[in-house]
Amino acid sequence: MAAQGIRIEGLKKRYGSGDTAVDALKGVDMEVAPGEVVGLVGPSGSGKSTLLKCLGAVIDPSAGRMTLGDAVIYDQGWKARDLRALRRDKIGFVFQAPYLIPFLDVTDNVALLPMLAGVPNAEARKRALELLTALDVQHRAKAMPSQLSGGEQQRVAIARGLVNRPPVILADEPTAPLDSKRAMAVIRILNDMAKKYETAIIVVTHDEKILPTFKRIYHIRDGVTHEEAGEGRGFD
Amino acid sequence: MISLAGRDILHTWGKFVFTGIGLGLLIGVTLVMAGVYRGMVDDAMVLLDNSGADLWVVQKDTQGPYAESSSLYDDTWRGIAAMPGVASATDITYLTMQVRATNHGEPRDVRAMVVGIAPDGPGSAGWPPYLVAGRQITRSHYEAVADIASGFKLGDTLQIRRNRYTVVGLTRRMVSSNGDPMVFIPLKDAQQAQFLKDNEAILQQRRRTAENPAFNRPGVPGLLDAVIASQSTNNYVNAVLVRIKPGYTADEVAAPIRRWKRLTVFTRAQMQNILVNKLIATASRQIGMFMVILAIVSAAIVAFIIYTLTMDKIREIAVLKLIGTRNRTIAAMIMQQALALGLIGFAVGKITATFAAPLFPKFVLLMPGDSIAGFFAVMVICALASVVAIRMALKVDPAEAIGG
Ligand SMILES: Nc1ncnc2c1ncn2[C@@H]1O[C@H](COP(=O)(O)OP(=O)(O)OP(=O)(O)O)[C@@H](O)[C@H]1O
Ligand SMILES: [Mg+2]
Repeated sequence: MAAQGIRIEGLKKRYGSGDTAVDALKGVDMEVAPGEVVGLVGPSGSGKSTLLKCLGAVIDPSAGRMTLGDAVIYDQGWKARDLRALRRDKIGFVFQAPYLIPFLDVTDNVALLPMLAGVPNAEARKRALELLTALDVQHRAKAMPSQLSGGEQQRVAIARGLVNRPPVILADEPTAPLDSKRAMAVIRILNDMAKKYETAIIVVTHDEKILPTFKRIYHIRDGVTHEEAGEGRGFD
Repeated sequence: MISLAGRDILHTWGKFVFTGIGLGLLIGVTLVMAGVYRGMVDDAMVLLDNSGADLWVVQKDTQGPYAESSSLYDDTWRGIAAMPGVASATDITYLTMQVRATNHGEPRDVRAMVVGIAPDGPGSAGWPPYLVAGRQITRSHYEAVADIASGFKLGDTLQIRRNRYTVVGLTRRMVSSNGDPMVFIPLKDAQQAQFLKDNEAILQQRRRTAENPAFNRPGVPGLLDAVIASQSTNNYVNAVLVRIKPGYTADEVAAPIRRWKRLTVFTRAQMQNILVNKLIATASRQIGMFMVILAIVSAAIVAFIIYTLTMDKIREIAVLKLIGTRNRTIAAMIMQQALALGLIGFAVGKITATFAAPLFPKFVLLMPGDSIAGFFAVMVICALASVVAIRMALKVDPAEAIGG
């Protein structure tokens, strides 16, 4: 596999120290190729969120190696310098709740990311509108987040995750609040986007409805991952 | 890049406008307080300017005539007028009292400073320098010129002690250092008003004098009458106003008067020092205290509202950080909101102060310099008040956006 996508080797994370230390991740290996969407499932307390936080570069792992796209983020204690810029340029986040910025309209919620990276406003809005069109919410481009339906909000959030063309998207329970039809639509969008923009996508989920759509699923239990082939059934 | 602060303000404009108005009223009160102080200083300056004097000669070791009482014999001026460098020396009396206007329906009492002016004619020291209506005093008794702020009208009859005076002229900006309007009457009348006793007291005094064998000697006819006459005339004034000849300095002229006449002499600069630094010092400290309290209250309001607005946005701030917003950008957003609040507040405050100032009973002088200083103070206070909210926002962990 090329140096693109997501590559994790022997990732460990220990919270705290001494008697109260918790080993949340005990050696995680994972590879997601560009254009691939994989599922990540596991019981409560198994370490899903911890893994996502390490991948999201908001907490530091205790050991292991992690590469996002062409950037090495951690390597046995060494870590990349500007994690903030890295999050901005390399990682798209999609959450269970859309967490849109309530005081920005739909277009600017999406355009904010390229703007933060220094792209001129007009160009940033053009990119935003392109994605909103691809996700079929362009007709709500001028609306405020509070005026959107849940499904529309989630699509806007996905557009925000994609707008900087990150090599990696981390989706945390993106379908939890949606009915099965909408959940399927979201998964289809993620798959389309993965293909279109060569993005490696990890979807953390409990959602039985969408599990059969993954070709590969990582199971995590007690901080250790096991890879399994999924049904990869498609989205209808 | 778009203005996050601006967008957030537009989104929650109601909160901003209402808080801004509340803050603005506080700022308005603060500006008026500063104006009250400036008005007091200005009243003092006007008092000195309009007296037309270069030197104030008062009773030895007093700080009269405005800050302390002072009395001098009313012929003291003759000796002073003969001193080198003195162009003119004029008697004057000041007495703050209730003056009653009697001819317009209900009698009306006004607190005023009654000024007794020597019959040297308009233009001499102590006289009102200009009139807005009517004429100057021309007769030696029972005419008055009043400051327009007293509310008296031409032709009004004023009751001052036992005598009645007709208002023949109106002047303006002639006020005491307390801001009381002045009423000018002839010196002789004023001396009477200040020192003359009522009939009952005079009778009492005469009776007592008559009963004193030292004054009422059988063999000395006329002694009792002379004593009583000397008791009932009043020949005191409060100060002598001195104008100096061109070519002399105030100190040059003042020194020999102090030395030879054994009197206290104040120059314009010393008088100003007494009025501004001593007479209104307590009042200005009082105002200063109020302004400090108002500044603290304003800061607390701004801090509180910015803090709550930021608390409401914790989630969004975590998301902003997660997607790579700089701490600087987030801090700027909060600081700009605080400054915007200050801007709204200052605008409201300035407008309030401008419209409210004329309604105050005392002269309120709004100086542009104070407004500018006030503006910067408001901005600094708002910036400081946002620090708490900014610290909290910077502590927000981007991992919170991912959740558990
Ligand atoms: N900040 C922390 N400090 C100490 N222990 C932590 C911390 N965060 C998580 N843990 C522990 O690490 C383990 C893994 O937690 P994690 O949140 O990754 O689980 P999860 O798979 O996301 O569970 P869920 O499905 O319930 O969200 C748990 O035992 C948890 O108690
Ligand atoms: Mg979790």
